[in-house]
Amino acid sequence: MVNDWQPSASIETLRHRAAILAKIRQFFAAREVMEVETPSLSQASVTDPHLDTFHTRFVGPNHSQGLPLYLQTSPEYAMKRLLAAGSGSIFQLGKAFRNEESGRHHNPEFTMLEYYQVGYDEFELMSELDELMQYLLDCPASESISYQQAFITYLGFDPLAISLSDLKKHAEQRGYGDIAAIENNPDTLLQLLFCMEIEPQIGQRVPCFVYNFPASQAALAKLNPKDNRVAGRFELYYQNMELANGFNELTDAAEQRARFMQDNQLRAEMGLDAVPVDERLLAALDAGIPDCAGVAVGVDRLVMLALNKTTISEVISFDVSRA
Amino acid sequence: MANYSTNEFKGGLKIMIDGEPCSILENEMVKPGKGQAFNRVKIRKLISGKVLEKTFKSGDSVEGADVIDTDLAYLYTDGEFWHFMNNDTFEQIAADEKAVGENVKWLVENDVCTITLWNGNPIAVTPPNFVELEITETDPGLKGDTAGTGGKPATLSTGAVVRVPLFVQIGEVIKVDTRSGEYVSRVK
Repeated sequence: MVNDWQPSASIETLRHRAAILAKIRQFFAAREVMEVETPSLSQASVTDPHLDTFHTRFVGPNHSQGLPLYLQTSPEYAMKRLLAAGSGSIFQLGKAFRNEESGRHHNPEFTMLEYYQVGYDEFELMSELDELMQYLLDCPASESISYQQAFITYLGFDPLAISLSDLKKHAEQRGYGDIAAIENNPDTLLQLLFCMEIEPQIGQRVPCFVYNFPASQAALAKLNPKDNRVAGRFELYYQNMELANGFNELTDAAEQRARFMQDNQLRAEMGLDAVPVDERLLAALDAGIPDCAGVAVGVDRLVMLALNKTTISEVISFDVSRA
Repeated sequence: MANYSTNEFKGGLKIMIDGEPCSILENEMVKPGKGQAFNRVKIRKLISGKVLEKTFKSGDSVEGADVIDTDLAYLYTDGEFWHFMNNDTFEQIAADEKAVGENVKWLVENDVCTITLWNGNPIAVTPPNFVELEITETDPGLKGDTAGTGGKPATLSTGAVVRVPLFVQIGEVIKVDTRSGEYVSRVK
């Protein structure tokens, strides 16, 4: 007899969780943002070198040899194709899947809120997300700080101007000598210092937006037209949790293709297999998507904060160990 | 010795850090949504006993430490070494002062202790959770006193000093929790 059939979250917690999901839907219904659903299984995947995708094969009519399919790590590509097709502002509440991620704040499948507001820039989106946070968490209004200022304030150096050797020295001084000795990618060192040294200091009392991420960590964001060292990417942190990642969305197909190629180059350097680029997304960008801003929000973590829980297992019905 | 990747990290795994065998106490994955994952690990250095935090890039590997725990009975000390014996094979091992450390005060003849060996050499001695020792020195207590009034210090046959209730007298044998160093009960 197995005795781990019971849920990892209490029924009481699941009731609260259901209420939070209902409030999210209300929030968007009031703003006339359409709810959509996009495939969990996709023929293309992401090139992001730090995401590891689950994959499987469809075998059936027309695919006797099997069609490779990836469980999506985020619905962003499919949702951008809807934007290109004229959907207008949209949101989705659904599962995202990421291999190799499990821990206090991670489960290999998790619930993501992804939403796009047509005609917004990242700052307008941040302000709307702030309203959503206050509505769901009953928390004070957020504050914001640029990525550059966060490093200057908390670590005393300018991340946009620092040399690799000085960056290594800072990492070493803070106890990361072993990593600094062998790591030559400045972004990895910045990410290390950011999550270990800055994150615990920001967003403790009120949610904190960090904006203007460096261009080298732009992901799917437009570069800032006034300062191309930074991109229209932001993140939201609250009480030691990364809650959201948003972009002033890149709309240029050629630039997007170049970034995918760059990712694959980095994957090769890291000894990872290249990932075929998503040609359907590139075709949609080429056809034209409206200027917009979009953000992905970790819903399980929101529920953790709302209910004062310390592990993700406590807010999902069955964590991976019981799935 | 095998290498372990960060995905194999878990409590109790023995790895080499800065040339010293260590035991992992806690392992936490820290991963930004976009960016490199790291493992923040709390470890205990097995020789110095120090507890510290260390961060690894997820996916990196660390050399394992050839550390095993073995249960051996304490025999005697010659002043320089403390001798232990495997009750099945009668094989004997001598631990030095550094390995025995503070726990010397809990060593009772014939008690089975856990000896931690690194590359075959003893680096730590862990006594049983409870030991029974005779009181060799303590102030005479007041008659009729009950436990819970603060007690008094008592010196045991090994030199250990513990707080005992006032009614406990010289010559009595008491049970002590070696993890906290606290009195548990009298032994009849």
